[in-house]
Amino acid sequence: MEMIEQHLITIFVFLPLAGALFVTVFLRDTQKEAIRWATFLTMLAGFLLSLKLFFGYDADSTQTMQFVQSTPWLPEYGIVYKVGIDGMSLLLFLMTTFLGPLVILSSWRSIEDRVKGFHVSMLLLQTAMLGAFVSLNLFLFYIFWEAMLIPMYFIIGIWGGPRRIYAAVKFFLYTLFGSLLMLVAILYLYFVHVKQFGFYSFDLFDLYRVHLAVGPEKILFLAFALSFAIKVPMFPFHTWLPDAHVEAPTAGSVILAGVLLKMGTYGFLRFAIPLFPAAAAYFYPLIAVLAVIGIIYGALVAMVQPDLKKLVAYSSVSHLGFVMLGLAVLNAQGVEGSVIQMVNHGLSTGALFLIVGMIYDRRHTRLISDFGGIAKAMPIFATFFMIVTLSSIGLPGLNGFIGEFLILIGTFKKSVVLAVLAASGVILAAVYMLWMFKRAVFGPLDKEENKSLKDLNLREIAVLVPIVVMIVWIGVYPQTFLRKMDRSVEGLLARTEQVAAPPVQSRERDSISMMESKSVYDFGRQGHGD
Amino acid sequence: MGIDSLPAALSVIRPELILAVTALVCLALDLLYKPADKMPCWAVAFFGSLAALASTIASWGTEQEAFSQLVRMDNLSNFFAVIFLMVGLITLCLSDSYVQREGLPAGEYYTLLLISMTGMVFMAQANDLMTVYLGIEIMSIPVYVLVAMMSKSPKSPEAGLKYLLLGGFASAILLFGIALLYGAVGTTQLADILRQAPGALKASDPLFLAGVGLLLVGMGFKVSLVPFHMWTPDAYEGAPTSVTAFMSVAVKAAGFSVLIRVIVLSLSPMAVDWSQIFWWLAVLSMVLGNVVALVQENIKRMLAYSSIAHAGYVLVALTTGTETGIHAALIYLFIYALMNLGAFGVVIAVSREGDQGVEIRDYTGMARKRPLYALAMAVFMFSLAGVPPTAGFIGKFYAFSAAVKAGYVWLAVIGVLMSAVSAYFYLRVLVVMYMKEPEAGAEYSAGPWGAPIGAGVSVSLWVCALSILFLGIWPGWLSHFAQQALQGLTSLL
Repeated sequence: MEMIEQHLITIFVFLPLAGALFVTVFLRDTQKEAIRWATFLTMLAGFLLSLKLFFGYDADSTQTMQFVQSTPWLPEYGIVYKVGIDGMSLLLFLMTTFLGPLVILSSWRSIEDRVKGFHVSMLLLQTAMLGAFVSLNLFLFYIFWEAMLIPMYFIIGIWGGPRRIYAAVKFFLYTLFGSLLMLVAILYLYFVHVKQFGFYSFDLFDLYRVHLAVGPEKILFLAFALSFAIKVPMFPFHTWLPDAHVEAPTAGSVILAGVLLKMGTYGFLRFAIPLFPAAAAYFYPLIAVLAVIGIIYGALVAMVQPDLKKLVAYSSVSHLGFVMLGLAVLNAQGVEGSVIQMVNHGLSTGALFLIVGMIYDRRHTRLISDFGGIAKAMPIFATFFMIVTLSSIGLPGLNGFIGEFLILIGTFKKSVVLAVLAASGVILAAVYMLWMFKRAVFGPLDKEENKSLKDLNLREIAVLVPIVVMIVWIGVYPQTFLRKMDRSVEGLLARTEQVAAPPVQSRERDSISMMESKSVYDFGRQGHGD
Repeated sequence: MGIDSLPAALSVIRPELILAVTALVCLALDLLYKPADKMPCWAVAFFGSLAALASTIASWGTEQEAFSQLVRMDNLSNFFAVIFLMVGLITLCLSDSYVQREGLPAGEYYTLLLISMTGMVFMAQANDLMTVYLGIEIMSIPVYVLVAMMSKSPKSPEAGLKYLLLGGFASAILLFGIALLYGAVGTTQLADILRQAPGALKASDPLFLAGVGLLLVGMGFKVSLVPFHMWTPDAYEGAPTSVTAFMSVAVKAAGFSVLIRVIVLSLSPMAVDWSQIFWWLAVLSMVLGNVVALVQENIKRMLAYSSIAHAGYVLVALTTGTETGIHAALIYLFIYALMNLGAFGVVIAVSREGDQGVEIRDYTGMARKRPLYALAMAVFMFSLAGVPPTAGFIGKFYAFSAAVKAGYVWLAVIGVLMSAVSAYFYLRVLVVMYMKEPEAGAEYSAGPWGAPIGAGVSVSLWVCALSILFLGIWPGWLSHFAQQALQGLTSLL
């Protein structure tokens, strides 16, 4: 039992890999149902087991990094298999395991070709993503980070749409390019650490202690930031995203939007910002402005898309702009809002892709103009679509509101102008989402093909219900989740402030940050209703 | 130092002796069994190489010089000998059915392969410039013949001739360099050269400098660094694929073994000078190799250019002239041997008689009909591109970290950018195999993958692919052995 307790995260990370091996070795490509069940059950087990992390995570402990496991791997180079989870990665980890079984369920009928390869890829991808969220050693992180590309590349390239090859190659090269520069930056940092401390270590917490001169710190930050910004993707590095999203099969799009993009923002949160706090503070205006441009640009481009999936893809650019903005302002509300918004985006946009996938499976078109009035033919579908749409817009009471609201508060404290501009993104979101919804779902049911559309079946409802439950839960009682990360966010901010703040302003900032962390609690309590 | 009693001296060159004797037995067997079954030749060659490998491994850890210090066995030479013999064994496995299919003269083929390996081991053990030269010639001449052996295809003799002419030039240049060096310092012993180098440098003796420059050219040719790479694409494309596989890894590794011993270790006093040259050679090789590979349609040619690029990555590590750098180069060469052999193994498995089916478009839709070949190829391609968790990433990681550690950050940056470029053409193979469907009615759609292929090829593909995955996750032991290979030599740096 003790053994299991100590290796909890490792077990959860490699469970999908074990499932992949099982499917590879024991099942043949023709046993489609068995493959689907094996994959689904592995993913489901992964999710149910990972709840243990959620309940076992002690949010009040001063030790924010928990369930830490550290096993030597190449100790002479400071390469250690070290994993652990804190409040921020906990939520992302759970979201990943949560989406896992749902995407398998959602593609039950849409993947008929090379079923085995698809499911093995999904399982491998799951392992790589979970690994990246819990790695506390930069070498280990890099391995998972890059390994993720391989299954995703195949998922887009084999099971994708007509331009899948272009999209897959673009996705792969774009992200590889960024990560390789990060590799050099990691190595540079590593050798500076050796010079300063006299021992080899890729350990994140060892590298936090490295003192860098201003120049190198900025360059290293940029190398990390470029890699993560491509993954997020931040404007202007977003061009791979619409291609990849549109061409990927539904399951691929959901994972891409839900989890893979979060790798980028998580990278900022865990690596780029705390490793180079001074540079992060220096580049704050750049990142914040790019984030706001992303918010507005993404929304404007989404508005004119005739294709549902493309619209959702561009809305991702906009939503991720919010996440980046919250990270850039670096205060308690901003960061907590960002993390919650990462989860929200995973849920809402994931659900939107699922919904688009469901209608695409029926009609084999995604053009908004091909629909209209389908609420009459598919009332259940329309209901789910409505809820998810509202959540994506940020309607109070649903999850999107919590994240965007916190981020806007955080931004407001730092810059009123940016907050106002960003808030206009919320309005634009309402415009493009509701307009799309009106054209697709309401209005007269005038197309012959749409009249005979079958409403959602049980399987599809089973996919959407858990997501909707989470959407409402976060919207009504976010404290369940916010509380888990309060301490971790405080730790992050304490670190950035202590290093980044110029000496003159430091006192003032400290007091603000205390107020901020307090107000997050207050906000949570109000949600609680006492 | 030198123990010159004959048995002791012979024990130093035991692997070479085993290989040479096996080669002769092989030749004799070929005469006896002339037209019939070629299996005995193959078996003799295989077990001879295996014995040589066992003997090398058994002498791990010993350090001995022999024949008036002409040869020196130490862990560095043993490490390289293990690479050569491992490559030799895998090449033999790849060759078995290929030689039969293409109707190559088996006896000569295996004999030449063995002689070439003998030369390589001599190169690795060279402790004197004369041994270096002899080793290079013993290695090269059989390879010239092997390249030209596929007389049915017009490309093969042409490739052989080209390789022979350019190779002859390179050897002459190398020899000239040795002569100049001898004129400058009065010795061909590496240890003496190391001792005399500072003096010669101080006097900036033109003979000495010119000699070193010519040596570099000769070695650059063998490992196919830009601008000495001109022969590579033609020779690799024209040669029988199994020979290409052998050349692209073993000949290259042998060239690097000499480069490390002669330039990096014995001329370490002038590291400042050659590291600048290395810097440029590395950058040129990486850029030209990767960029030209982008537009290749023939997979052998693509792998030829990629091998130029990989020589560049090894040189990135060696540019540093540090222990870490050599350590990284050893690791890289070992891993590169496995992944490149594997890739050529798939090329052999997929091709048809007469070396047909080596265009990239011939791979269209292969993943459906031959999922295991496609999967193996995917592993090799990702590894060559340096994507974790394959061993190729580990190799690049060591090479670039050595460069960053020694302060060559820009070199590392160029290196990683070029590996991003390389990902494009490696991925192209995957795109064709996995994401495209064979066009109906096209000539290749009948599938060049139908012909049964010998068990040897399958075994080597499994071995290469599994070791690449294994090394990608547990590179520790390889790193450990590479470290041992450098013991006692680092004092030279």
